Amino acid sequence: MTVSQETLDEIALSRSEYETIIDRLGREPNPLELGLFGALWSEHCGYKHTKALLRTLPSSSDLLLVAPGAENAGVIDLGDGLAVAFKIESHNHPSAIEPFEGAATGVGGIIRDIFAMGARPIALLNSLRFGQPDDARTRYLLNGVIGGISSYGNCIGIPDVGGEIFFSDTYKGNPLVNAMCVGLIEDGKMASASAKEPGDLLILVGADTGRDGIHGASGLASRSFEEQAEMRSAVQVGNPFLEKVLIEACIESLDLPGVVGLQDCGAAGITSAAIEMAERSGMGLKLVIDDVPRREEGMTPYQVMLSESQERMLLAVTPGMEAPVFELFEKWDLDATVIGEFEMGENVRIYDQGEEVSSTPVITLTDAPEYKFIGTKPEWLTKLQNVDLSKTPMPSESPEELLLKMLAAPNIASRFPIYRQYDYHVQTNTVVEPGGDAAVLRLKGSKRGIAVSTDCNGRICYLDPEVGTVIAVAEACRNLSVTGATPLALTDGLNFGNPETADVQFQLTESIAGMSRAAEAFDIPIVSGNASMYNQSMDVDIFPTPIIGSLGLLEDVEKHSTVEFKSEGDAIVLLGTDSTWDAIEGIAGSEYLELIHGKVEGQPSIDLDLEIRTQAVCREAVEAGLVASGHDVSDGGIAVAIAESAIIGGLGAVIDDSLSDRWDAAMFGESQSRILLSVSSDNVSAVEALATASNVPMKVIGTVGGDSLTFGDSLSIPLADADDSWKNGFTRATSD
Amino acid sequence: MKFGIVVFPGTWSEKDTHHAVSGVLGHDAEYVWHGDEKIDQYDAIVLPGGFSYGDFLRCGAIARFSPVMEAVIAFAERGGPVIGICNGFQVLCESGLLPGVLMRNDHLEFRCIWTDLRIENDSTMFTSTATKGQTLHIPMSHGEGNYQADDSTIERLEGNGQIVFRYADAAGNVTPEINPNGSINNIAGIVNERGNVMGMMPHPEKACEKLIGGDDGNIIFSSMIDNIVASLA
Repeated sequence: MTVSQETLDEIALSRSEYETIIDRLGREPNPLELGLFGALWSEHCGYKHTKALLRTLPSSSDLLLVAPGAENAGVIDLGDGLAVAFKIESHNHPSAIEPFEGAATGVGGIIRDIFAMGARPIALLNSLRFGQPDDARTRYLLNGVIGGISSYGNCIGIPDVGGEIFFSDTYKGNPLVNAMCVGLIEDGKMASASAKEPGDLLILVGADTGRDGIHGASGLASRSFEEQAEMRSAVQVGNPFLEKVLIEACIESLDLPGVVGLQDCGAAGITSAAIEMAERSGMGLKLVIDDVPRREEGMTPYQVMLSESQERMLLAVTPGMEAPVFELFEKWDLDATVIGEFEMGENVRIYDQGEEVSSTPVITLTDAPEYKFIGTKPEWLTKLQNVDLSKTPMPSESPEELLLKMLAAPNIASRFPIYRQYDYHVQTNTVVEPGGDAAVLRLKGSKRGIAVSTDCNGRICYLDPEVGTVIAVAEACRNLSVTGATPLALTDGLNFGNPETADVQFQLTESIAGMSRAAEAFDIPIVSGNASMYNQSMDVDIFPTPIIGSLGLLEDVEKHSTVEFKSEGDAIVLLGTDSTWDAIEGIAGSEYLELIHGKVEGQPSIDLDLEIRTQAVCREAVEAGLVASGHDVSDGGIAVAIAESAIIGGLGAVIDDSLSDRWDAAMFGESQSRILLSVSSDNVSAVEALATASNVPMKVIGTVGGDSLTFGDSLSIPLADADDSWKNGFTRATSD
Repeated sequence: MKFGIVVFPGTWSEKDTHHAVSGVLGHDAEYVWHGDEKIDQYDAIVLPGGFSYGDFLRCGAIARFSPVMEAVIAFAERGGPVIGICNGFQVLCESGLLPGVLMRNDHLEFRCIWTDLRIENDSTMFTSTATKGQTLHIPMSHGEGNYQADDSTIERLEGNGQIVFRYADAAGNVTPEINPNGSINNIAGIVNERGNVMGMMPHPEKACEKLIGGDDGNIIFSSMIDNIVASLA
């Protein structure tokens, strides 16, 4: 045994994993091979802690054209000759130490996954989590991350149409930066990340290879935050201009007859990209490292293989048909170099300076070990769930004061100060802009449109990972349904703490179970995903945060609904419940409870059956043209939902019922399965008929109009005051 | 008539422009590669938005030296109609076809918002179907749109009616509060003295259909088309 603990730590392999490698190879791996194993067996590439769980997720659908895991992203049929590829991916650890480049290259990476499918990227979303914004370092991270997303996304001409941002102490040392990309595939022109025949050439295109990002996958993504302080060089640096040109050239290259495969060069660089291609093709591969164009001299084979230099792609090209490929890339001023060829056999053979420096079976490298775990529910959690919420003290503020405070809260206030830094118009498909529950995009040449959203409430998942994840799926779908779109598919970004601990194992197991239960109930597949582990700081794990990206279809994109009230005199209707105000149980895990009382406690719950029926009724009503506005009731409860629809629409609201004694829970409780509609008075009975037919409770709770928000005889505030709190809350909370 | 839409590496508004003038307004349009030197076959040239050559050094600074720009300069000098949008406006300033510079937005942030542009001159070939004082609802999307020039240039532009658009509120009031980027005198678009070369920061091609928020951008392209078709007749 010659390998030192230090070496193993550097590539984040355990001693027992090292023993497994020796068993499989029948010899000790050389240093280069050890690097390959470290990268491919990282959580980021090998999913060793999540693989067994992810297999349990529902992944079947008649509309599924490419199954999850089979390629760089799952693909869903939209009809009319159109299909979409979409996926969410994390770049948490790089963003924690270098927020601008970390976030920028996160965006760049997910875009490459999408156009590797032959899909033209048509939308970006991002789901962000930070500590409370009154902290200086959090502001540095926040500004860096937003700047990085803005810089990369704007330069590349893909609209950034949505996402979320959420602040909680749990993310203070370890922010979450998840980016989602949606791409459109026309006329069945789908690409595969594989070769066709032995002899096919492996061509590297795009940027030269440098020393940046070495150990990004095995290093950054596989250890806890304290260990990363000195790992800034493991963060890659992005060049969006190069990526823009690369997108155009790669999509154009797919029309060339010799181009049979296209693969993203992302985490773990050429190692992961080339070896996964060989695996997918069921072939061996000869790689000639000397031929990889370098940014600098003196790079070792190890560095070339593990570099995560950005803006590189791999092509598989039929031999003899490479000349037009070179010509095309030259037109775009991009390098294209043959660096190997696929061959019969099962080994990856790596050559450096004419000598074979490694020969390893592909399957040995790619078949990462699998860890199974059965988590048991920790006692602290039972205690938190069993807290008697009715003992929560009443707030010291008046209802008016508290409503304004909630509207100005960093987690609720308008996100316009952020998304106005992103181009959300380019490509001219944006029908519903950011700021609603979901973005809606038209598909040129078709009557159809898509809606996209992301959602996850980490507090709720912390209090009950199973139910919390069910709720995340439900909300991600509800965001679509309020626009009128039918949910078609999901992608998941799993952000968890240290998977070697019992608590996180419990959270992961429960969360995946919840995701399965919800996706099965909605009857939609999870088509792609990403797992980020070891999100912790000071030995404290983040709230489990399984971010759900959702995609839905509108048969007629003209028939969609938006958040804002439209006309004086319209009835305000609450769908999914027969009471205007929420009960005390609704404050479990709510924004109110954390913001005002500093507590994250209680037992979240959802009636999944009611949820699905409620969403269906909402979609039917939108499609029938009965709905003037629709808004998901979530963070901040019904009071905030009413205020948001009123502020954005510039119209007040008069709610009939006065508040109960527990007016805090009544206004700000976050009970699930509620949708706020406004409906012209002529259409109320038709909506009622739809609700009754599906056994969904509903209530007409008030009327749109006036210039104030009035809740019975309990509360009345000028709309202008609510408007000021909501529109300026974010800027006030993030500046001195 | 036929539009030529110039594509530099890094341009991203060429397809949107094509959709607006061809898909929506029904006129011919072709892409012109940055290496092309012959553009005589077109009746109007569009320099669309994006980040030409990555906008390294300075916005438009590299594009200005591309082969196609030599042809565009010659085309403009012969009186050919040229419209530069966003990055295209920056390229026109860099290449000397229009005076002034586009500096970083005064608040230092990228800004993507809907703007209201007050028509200051309705006798140009780009605004002839609009009315002076009318506002057009058109989005902008840039980090460097803060138009500046020396005092005498501004005086000349103002005096000659070369200011085509100013940032205003929906009612047409031009105020410092509504200025989205710090542009001097709220300038959003200018035309050259001859009246055949216009640059504007907001994106008329992104306002081409009601479904995506409005179609006021068509007024600009339709004005061009009307005038060019009339001149060809």
